[in-house]
Parts: sequence; structure tokens; C-alpha cells
Amino acid sequence: MIPPVGDRGEAADLAERLGAGDRAAISEALNLVDDRRPDRRARALALLDGLERGAGGAARIGLTGAPGAGKSTLLDALVRTWRGRGETVGVIAVDPSSQRTGGALLGDRIRVRAGARDPGVFFRSMAARDRLGGLSDASRAGMVVLASVFDRVVVETVGVGQSESDVAGLVDTLVFVAQPGAGDLLQFMKAGVLELPDVFVVNKADLGAVAERTRGELEAGLGLGERGAGAWTPPVKLVSARDGAGIDELADALDAHRRSLEATGELARRRRRGRDAFVEASVAAEYGRFGLAALGGREALRRRVDADPDASAFALADALGREIEEALRKRGSGSA
Amino acid sequence: MSPSSPSRSGKDRPWLFRTYSGHSSAEASNELYRTNLARGQTGLSVAFDLPTQTGYDADHPLARGEVGKVGVPIGHLDDMQSLFEGIPLDRMNTSMTINATAAWLLALYVATAERQGADSRLLQGTTQNDIIKEYLSRGTYVFPPEPSLRLITDMVAYTVDELPKWNPMNVCSYHLQEAGATPVQEIAYSMANAIAVLDSARARKDVPDEALPRIFGRLSFFLNAGIRFVEEVCKARAMTALWDELGRERYGVEDPKLRRFRYGVQVNSLGLTEAQPENNVIRIVLEALGVTLSKDARCRALQLPAWNEALGLPRPWDQQWSLRIQQILAYETDLLEYGDLFEGSKVVEARTTELLTEARAELERVLEMGGAVAAVENAYMKQRLVESHTARLHGIESGETTVVGVNDFIEGAESPLTAGDEAIMKVDEAAERAQIERLEAFRRKRNAKEVETALANLRDAVKGSANVMPASIACAHAGVTTGEWSDTLRAVFGEYRAPTGVVVREPESASEATEKVRQRVHALSEKLGRPLKILVGKPGLDGHSNGAEQIAVRARDVGMEVVYEGIRLTPEEIVQSARDEGVHVIGLSILSGSHGVLVVDVLGGLREAGLADLPVVVGGIIPDEDAAKLREAGVRRVYTPKDFDMNRIMDEIADLVGEAHEAG
Repeated sequence: MIPPVGDRGEAADLAERLGAGDRAAISEALNLVDDRRPDRRARALALLDGLERGAGGAARIGLTGAPGAGKSTLLDALVRTWRGRGETVGVIAVDPSSQRTGGALLGDRIRVRAGARDPGVFFRSMAARDRLGGLSDASRAGMVVLASVFDRVVVETVGVGQSESDVAGLVDTLVFVAQPGAGDLLQFMKAGVLELPDVFVVNKADLGAVAERTRGELEAGLGLGERGAGAWTPPVKLVSARDGAGIDELADALDAHRRSLEATGELARRRRRGRDAFVEASVAAEYGRFGLAALGGREALRRRVDADPDASAFALADALGREIEEALRKRGSGSA
Repeated sequence: MSPSSPSRSGKDRPWLFRTYSGHSSAEASNELYRTNLARGQTGLSVAFDLPTQTGYDADHPLARGEVGKVGVPIGHLDDMQSLFEGIPLDRMNTSMTINATAAWLLALYVATAERQGADSRLLQGTTQNDIIKEYLSRGTYVFPPEPSLRLITDMVAYTVDELPKWNPMNVCSYHLQEAGATPVQEIAYSMANAIAVLDSARARKDVPDEALPRIFGRLSFFLNAGIRFVEEVCKARAMTALWDELGRERYGVEDPKLRRFRYGVQVNSLGLTEAQPENNVIRIVLEALGVTLSKDARCRALQLPAWNEALGLPRPWDQQWSLRIQQILAYETDLLEYGDLFEGSKVVEARTTELLTEARAELERVLEMGGAVAAVENAYMKQRLVESHTARLHGIESGETTVVGVNDFIEGAESPLTAGDEAIMKVDEAAERAQIERLEAFRRKRNAKEVETALANLRDAVKGSANVMPASIACAHAGVTTGEWSDTLRAVFGEYRAPTGVVVREPESASEATEKVRQRVHALSEKLGRPLKILVGKPGLDGHSNGAEQIAVRARDVGMEVVYEGIRLTPEEIVQSARDEGVHVIGLSILSGSHGVLVVDVLGGLREAGLADLPVVVGGIIPDEDAAKLREAGVRRVYTPKDFDMNRIMDEIADLVGEAHEAG
């Protein structure tokens, strides 16, 4: 059993302010969980551990798709719809970082205007940092913070293969936005995009026949694919973020998926799988193969994670990391 | 050469002399226009203020600080009538720099002419009306591309019969060059833009096939002329040839007169320097040569900027000086006595052919993508422009491109021309208040019922497929305001945010100077605990985003995480996103002269949000005196066009963040 971790005092104070919906606290918390200085990490860990074990209700949605598919415009339209239904929304938009300079342009913000003056909408952009096309640990941390405050949290990323599976582990419902005419069925299958998403969206329905054709190809592809014989069949939604057509139906489909997850108990299983995958990826990224070996290999790590179903991903990763450091230190002194 | 030489062909008529102007109020601008005409200007070029350009009344919150700043505020028919008081419109040639709200300003112009008793069939002039370049460079767009294109096409369809001497649209390559376009890009993208409008007109049911050649003949262009004036001669010749080719081949225009490439010019304002500004007079003269020397590709109208535009608003005397350049060139020199000077020149012919070949290929690429609108929406053109602009600025920074007085020959005697407080024009701060009072008085005296009916008819026209022009002219007569007309269209069409294009390819390798700053930023980020994060944005209505984009791109290249917020932000939005995004520093860019009010509002908002320690830097066209005031108000650094070394700017931003971190 992993004991409560980190610096509890200040974290409790921040958690309380988050609970009260203090907007400045949301920002402070997001800054804190992104901070790599050791004293801040301890505080962040305490905060995240508490929040992750406490937060459950918020709907976590991933929005992914190729550049130019119209994700931001779609997100803008969805946010308006949710706000119209009285729901609050937190958004994390992830853009790639330059591998050479570490810099990043987080330019999407200008296209999402729905929340400009609305306290019920919060927007934080993040750089993917060192993960090629993927998500940094900060994305999960950010999502956990926002999920403690808002009814819905959306993580938006550019889909380039790797990021779909990263996002899938982070959210309850994964939405893939397809560009009409962007590819034939074969392309979709090659890219592996047919396997993970729970809802497909063909944006720019205003393009007419091209959009219809893309929907047809996706539906045909889904019929062919091997998906779990679960209760959920991913729908393909034709929408136009530009004129608002189909947005309400899309929001309904997302709700329906969430209800299906809850009814089948899949929600808990999915979050558990996401937690496990995060711990594994995080430990592997931080300590590499030697680190995993010090724990007794990947299988041993999985057993350790399995044995503690109630711990937060952050506490687990932290505990295992400390264990690895300890083992490496012993080995270092043993051989010296 | 003797006067009897066969190459002399009698003196040609000069092009139209214009000066882009307008400020404070309709009355003040009318006085300026009348003075300019009395001094020998032969046409008018109206500069509107930003609220008019983006469709807001003077009392709208977004108009705060912007009324009467970069041009004249026109809120209703009374304003338009005052603007042209004593200027008979049936004998004037008026160019209006207006785009998103062009249909409305043309409606006001027609209504004013009608009230003057003028025959609208005699009206001559141009509405700029080019929305593509607004998305790419100038930023005063309002509606999404498709409804915008419909508005343009409505105006094209209306004017071809009702205002047969009017140029409904000026395809602008001017602003593409300002955004960094190479001559090839300038040619290709402006042609793609013209094709978008012509194809849209051709597809319309209410445009008969027989009207298409006349429509083709009414489209004119608006070019930039840069300092590389030999190449500019070739560019204009290449465009003349390509336009003729398009008319013939794509649109089947048989009458060669209707295929003539007609264009107006504003010579390059971007290249005017703040350092040693007197040198700009020489630049302006040389740039004017680029578009007047070649008779076969000579401009129809020319407006020259004032020498001190990089310092602030020019005074009447500064504008007069530029008018004199045109008069000397046209009346004193022998330029207009000869045929085309370059006919048979192998050098000019070779460069022209080269530009044509490359431009055709680039045009083809855009058309394959689906044309200009598609290439706006997928950010293709914008990204190419940002890349070219980055390369241009790198050239200046590295010294590869010489700019006299800026990166070379810097040392010199103090200029007596820029001495004293009176060296630039100041807009009367009371102008905004006075304009709002006039607006309120106008609203009180109009007939509310008539306004309501006119707006309802406008809404019907906009929702349906009727041409918006007749309903808009009726609105003008009924007393509708600029804000009301625009809101009606906004409600139907929605508003648009254009792609920024800042997500451009990284340079293959960084210069040593850039690498040094990057290491510094990296080390600082370690200290901060997370990567240095900066917010870059533009408060107010000014949409000239080229500078802000370049700052954003460089900040990324030195390793910062950059939240690029784009244009048209309220101070409130800037404060909110600075907090929500958790940035370490804010960079604001303003070119409209509204820096005083807007920046102070941002600083106040930050204090209220408990973020008083967050450093703010400002860049733009900011006179020394204003810069001092901004620093007093709490701005940490003020950058103006003379600060061309972006690595130094980045280094100073890192200093500020480091200091704030130490202090916190």
C-alpha cells in the first residue's frame, strides 16, 4: 500500500481553494504541477495524489486529428454547446515542441474564443516537451487539476499516431476528427486510427459530397475492424463547426458514450488501465531499461501496480521511482 | 535626345496623385482633403479609423482608444456627408481603404452622392475590398471567408451596371509584401485572390455571362513598391503580362482594353526607417521610380507615404512634401515624354520572365489546393509569408542586407528635422468623446421606425441571396449606423478568426547569436522550474500582426514556450489569459497609436488580478514621448522599429523574467 505522499499542508490549502473554484488557484496549481524544482515536486505530488483519488465525476474527453481537420473550430463550437447546457469546461491544448530548441508555439488559442470572458471556461495550452508527438506527464497532471474543478475536461492534441494512444490512456472518451477527403479507407487503417477512438467526427460537412464519402469510408472501415465485442459501436458524426450543424448531436453522442461506460463498468476499468499505462510510461521515460530492470523487469512492475488498485498514478510512479533510485544506489555502493 | 526624336511621343497624362489620409473627425479630414486638393493633389485616398474598418460604433467597448486614430471615423450618413462637404463626388476620384465593411461604406458614399444630386453612374473611384489579404496580413476582417467573398461579389455584380466607372475591388499585393512576400509570392497570391473573386462572380446566377469581360475590366490592383526598384519594374511588367494571359485564357476576355492591368500604388511603408528618418525621402523617390519608369506597366494612381511614418502620424507639411515628389517627377522631369524605356532590354526581359515562370508555378500550387480561400484556411499562404518575412529580418540582423542608418552607416550628425515636440502630428484626445457625442445626437434625431424597417430588409437580403447593396443604400438613407449594419451581418454570418501562420518550419540552423540566447533561456528555465512561457498578443483593433508574429517565432527559436494570442484582444482578455496560461512575461504589439489607453488598461488589470510583478514589454510605432509615459506607467521595455535586433530583445526579456524571479 502506497502511503499518502508529499508535502500535505500547502497542497491541502491549494486543494481547498480549487474546490471553491478560485480561478487564480487553478492557474497556480497548473504552474505547480509543471514545476521541476524538488521542493515544488513534493508539493505537487501531494496535491495530485489527493485530487486524483478524489476526482471522479468530470467527463474526460480527448480530441485528436490531423492538422487542418478543424479541431479548434470544433472545440470552440462544442464549448459553446456545453456552456449553453450549463456545464463548465476546462481545456488543455497540447502543441508540439521543437526537438532542437525546446521552444514551442502554442498558437491555437486564437481560434478558440468561446471562453474569452466566461468564468465557466478555462483554457491552458501546453507544449508536448520531450515526447515526440506525444503528451508530457504535465498533461495528465493538468487534466487531474482541471477535472477537480470543471464538469468537463478536454485534452486537444495533434494526431500523429503516438499521441492517440497517449490521449486514450488519459481520457474516458476519445474523439477523432477526420478531414474530409483527406484519405481513403486504407490510409485510415494504416494510420491505426480506427482502433482507439470512441467517436469519429467528419468535420466540414458543408463541403458536401466529399464529407459524406469520408463518413462512408470510416463506417465501412469500422465494420471491418476488430473491436472488442462491447456494447459500444463508435458512431461517425458529420458536423460543420462553421455553421453549427450536427454539434448538438455530437454532444449527445459524447454523453451517450459516457453513459455506456458507466452502465457497463467500463469507466472504472478504463481509468485503471490509463493509470497503469501512465505509471509504466512515466517510469520507463524517467529511468529507462536499467531502471525497469532494477525493479525486476516490466512484468514485475505491472504486478506492483496491480497490487495497489487505489493509489494514484502519481504516487505510484513516485514510489516506484524512489525504489529504483534506492536499488541503483545500493548496486552502486555494492560494486564500489 | 532631341525633341524631334521618334522615341518621343508627346507628353502622357500623369497618374493620379493621392495621399492616404484621414484623422480625428469627418470635419477635420474634410478640411485636410480640401487643402490637399488645392495644393495639386488630383484624387482622394480615404483612411478610415479601425472601428469603422471593423464595424463598430464609436461607443462600443472595442472602439476604446481607437476612434479617429489611424483614419477618419465614419459612423453614419451625416459623417460621410461632412467628409465630402464641398467636394462634388461626380467629379472626384476617390479611393477608400475599406474591406470587411466595404459594402457599407460604398452605400454611404452612394447615398452621399445622391444627396449631393450627383448621377451615381458618374462616380469614379475604388473600394479596396480585398478580404484575402486581411486574413493574411492586415487583420481588419470580420466575417468568415465565404460570406466575405459573397459580399465582394455582390459589390462586383452591383457596380458593373449601377456604378460602371467604379472599381469594386482592388486586389492588394501591397500588404502581402508588408507581410514578407517575395515578388513571386506577391504576384502569385494576388492573382489567386483575383481568380477567387472572378470565379465566384462567374458562378453567380445574377451575373450574366456577357458581363464577365466588363467585370474583369473593372478589377484593379494595389501594389507595393519596395526599394529594389529594378526588380519592382520587372514585377509590374510580369503582372501586366500574367493578367492579360488570365483574361484571355481563363475568362475569354477578347477586348484587349478590358485586359489591361490597372493598378494603384502606395510605396513601401514597411521599409521606412525610424533611424535617420530623413533618408526615407530618398527611399520614397526611388520606390516611386519602380512603378512609373516603365510606361507599359505604369501605375494609374500613386500615393507616397510621408518620410516620418515610422515615428508617428505625419503632419500636413510632411504629406505635402511627398506630394511634391510626385509633382516634380511628373511635371518637371521628362519621364512622361517617352515610350517604354525598357522595351528591348534583355536584362529587364530576363528578370520579368523569371518572375513570371516562378509565379505561374506558385499560382498553380494554390489553385490545386482549391484556390485562395482554401489556401487561407489551411494557412498555406500565411505560413509561406511568415517564412519569407523571417528570412528578410534575418538578413537585416546578420548584415547581409544593408539598411543605411540602421545596420550600417549608423554614425551621423543629428537631424534637425526631427527636433522638438511638434515633429509629429498628435490626434486630439478629445476626438473620441466628440465623435461619440455626434453619434448620440445623430441617433436621437433619426426616425426609429425607418431604421428598424431598413435593418429588417437588410437582414432579409443577407439571409437570402439578394444583393446587399440596394438594402445597404436604403439603410444609409434611413440613418443606420456602422455598428448596426455590421451587427446585422455578424448575426447572420458569424465572426472569423484567421489562422496565424506562426507555426512555421524551424530554420535549419540557428545563428550563433540566437544559439547564445537559447542557452541563456534554457538555463533560466531550469531556475524557474519550468520553461519560460511568454504571451504575445495585440490589444485593440489594429490587425497588423507581422511584427507580433516575428516576435513569437523568434521567441520559440530561442526556446521559449509561446502563447500567441493573435489580434483584436481586449485588455481584460489579455489579463485573463496571462493568468490562466501561467506565463512569465507579456509582450504586446500596437501600431494604431492607441497604446496609451490600452496598455495602461492591461497594467491596471494585472494589478487587480494580483499580477503586478508580471513584466510587460510593448512594441510598435511609439513616439519617444509616449514611450516615456508607458515606462512611467510600469511598462518594462518599449521597442520601436529601430530595434531590429530580435535576439537583443529576447535577451532583455530573459533579463526581466530573471529579475522578476529573483525578486519573487
